[in-house]
Amino acid sequence: MALLEANNISIQFGGLKAVDNFNLQINDKELVGLIGPNGAGKTTVFNMLTGVYMPTEGDIALDGRSIVGKKPYEIVKMGASRTFQNIRLFKELTVLENIKIAYHHDLHYSTLSSILRLPSFWKYEKLAEEACLEFLDIFEMREYADTLAKNLPYGKQRKLEIARALATKPKILMLDEPAAGMNPQETHELMETISLIRKNFNIAILLIEHDMSLVMGICEKIVVLDYGKVIAQGTAEETKNNKDVIRVYLGE
Amino acid sequence: MNNKMLKNYAINLAVVILIFTGLMGMMATGMLNKYHQGIIIFILINVILASSLNLVTGFLGQLTLGHAGFMAVGAYASALFSVALKGQMPNLLLLIISLIIGGIAASIVGIVIGIPALRLRGDYLAIITLGFGEVIRVVINNIKITGGAQGLTGIPRIASFQSAFWIAALVILVLYRLTHSKQGRAILSIREDEVAAEAVGVRTTYYKVLGFAIAAGFAGVGGGLYAHYIAFLDPNTFGFMRSVEILVIVVLGGMGSLTGTIVAATVLTILPEALRGFSDFRMLLYSFMLIVMMLFRPQGLFGTGEFSWQTLYDRTKLVHSALRKREKRGGIDGSTGSK
Repeated sequence: MALLEANNISIQFGGLKAVDNFNLQINDKELVGLIGPNGAGKTTVFNMLTGVYMPTEGDIALDGRSIVGKKPYEIVKMGASRTFQNIRLFKELTVLENIKIAYHHDLHYSTLSSILRLPSFWKYEKLAEEACLEFLDIFEMREYADTLAKNLPYGKQRKLEIARALATKPKILMLDEPAAGMNPQETHELMETISLIRKNFNIAILLIEHDMSLVMGICEKIVVLDYGKVIAQGTAEETKNNKDVIRVYLGE
Repeated sequence: MNNKMLKNYAINLAVVILIFTGLMGMMATGMLNKYHQGIIIFILINVILASSLNLVTGFLGQLTLGHAGFMAVGAYASALFSVALKGQMPNLLLLIISLIIGGIAASIVGIVIGIPALRLRGDYLAIITLGFGEVIRVVINNIKITGGAQGLTGIPRIASFQSAFWIAALVILVLYRLTHSKQGRAILSIREDEVAAEAVGVRTTYYKVLGFAIAAGFAGVGGGLYAHYIAFLDPNTFGFMRSVEILVIVVLGGMGSLTGTIVAATVLTILPEALRGFSDFRMLLYSFMLIVMMLFRPQGLFGTGEFSWQTLYDRTKLVHSALRKREKRGGIDGSTGSK
């Protein structure tokens, strides 16, 4: 059984069917790219998978359990986390605090024990500090631990956002146009980060992207969307030579 | 707890005790008269009210304009309790129990109002809390048990400087600890970016209501202290302007800075009193100072940071070494200049 399974999902905004009978299977540890021209419905699909929109038809299952109608934070708990197209960090907080917030679920102490500073508070805060610093080590960002997130350069901000999403310990990571607005060098750095994730974490990744070099370079499976419909699916080589894909990207 | 934190705790505790004994001494020797004492108690009440509002406005990032409503609920609930049980237990115990009751009552009202209101954001939330605040005032004005528009009398005057001081210190301590914990981080993340907070698994609605309920509860405690110091309650003192006064303290002190709130509450409570000499121009000067303040320091006195002895120490050391460096350089310059 696939890790993430979208079965015939559709969504209708008024008279517009933004996504029509979309199907997707992502297996464990697989890296899938979702591409398509502007307005194809990529972000809408993404928003349905992350609980922002509710599909009008069809079902989405994560690890065999339906996520339709669940709140975003519940979906995170079930094992799917995401990043945003326009980076959304907790800007006025430090890099370490950003990670700690995502680490939230592994800290089991109540409001009362934080007010009374009970031993459980100290125990879990120490754990959080260590675990989050180790986490930053993986991404080679420990030196920035006390920097405010807003003061990081753009590429590092994206890296932090990805690290933060991973701190929730997901089974699948969904990246919404991570290379948007990046220069070639930053894109290269992003590709390194993604391969770093694949090496260090046993998770699946779903990538929405415009940047073809990125998608073609790293994705094992590519799904091409146009006008809310899947027009092609397969390996990079297969999709590259698909007639329909060439048509929507280059015109006839 | 590491050594540095233990040291900070010890220093802060020492400073708090020093301020307390200093003020007590000044009152005992008559340097501070009854009038001054009253101002100090009002400062402490304002510290409680403003720091609790800071939790919602500064830390949680939700603009609310109905804080006086929660203060009113706490004031009336605790006053009604102490009026009923007056003389049946020691004063201090009566005060503590009635303040707890006031806090819980305000907290419950906070939850009831918070659940629907916190679905809204920004201006909309401000307006709906403003509305709820007024509803509370109007209800109190029109029911029998609170004495209606005639006010509530016969409240025992059992709040003193000592009790107000330690309750304010306790409120600050609780708020500080709350904001420096996993719950505090969750609350801050909502201020920073609610969508992102939800996307990393923060239960935003829960934390918003939690913050709102705690803030309302402490506002209720502040109201209870007020009731037991003034010994008379008039519903019209809990109007919209009262909420605005509290908000001004928060903004002036810095959104998200408890120490800033303490300083701002002190300044803004003393200022109108100190300006009494200017009689008619008093409120004009007061407003003028606020405008100047906002022009030159829009982030408030302390911004989002807290004052700490460690930073003060580090800074003075930094300034000191910079001065010494400049002195040295000055000497070299001087010698080359004389050539």
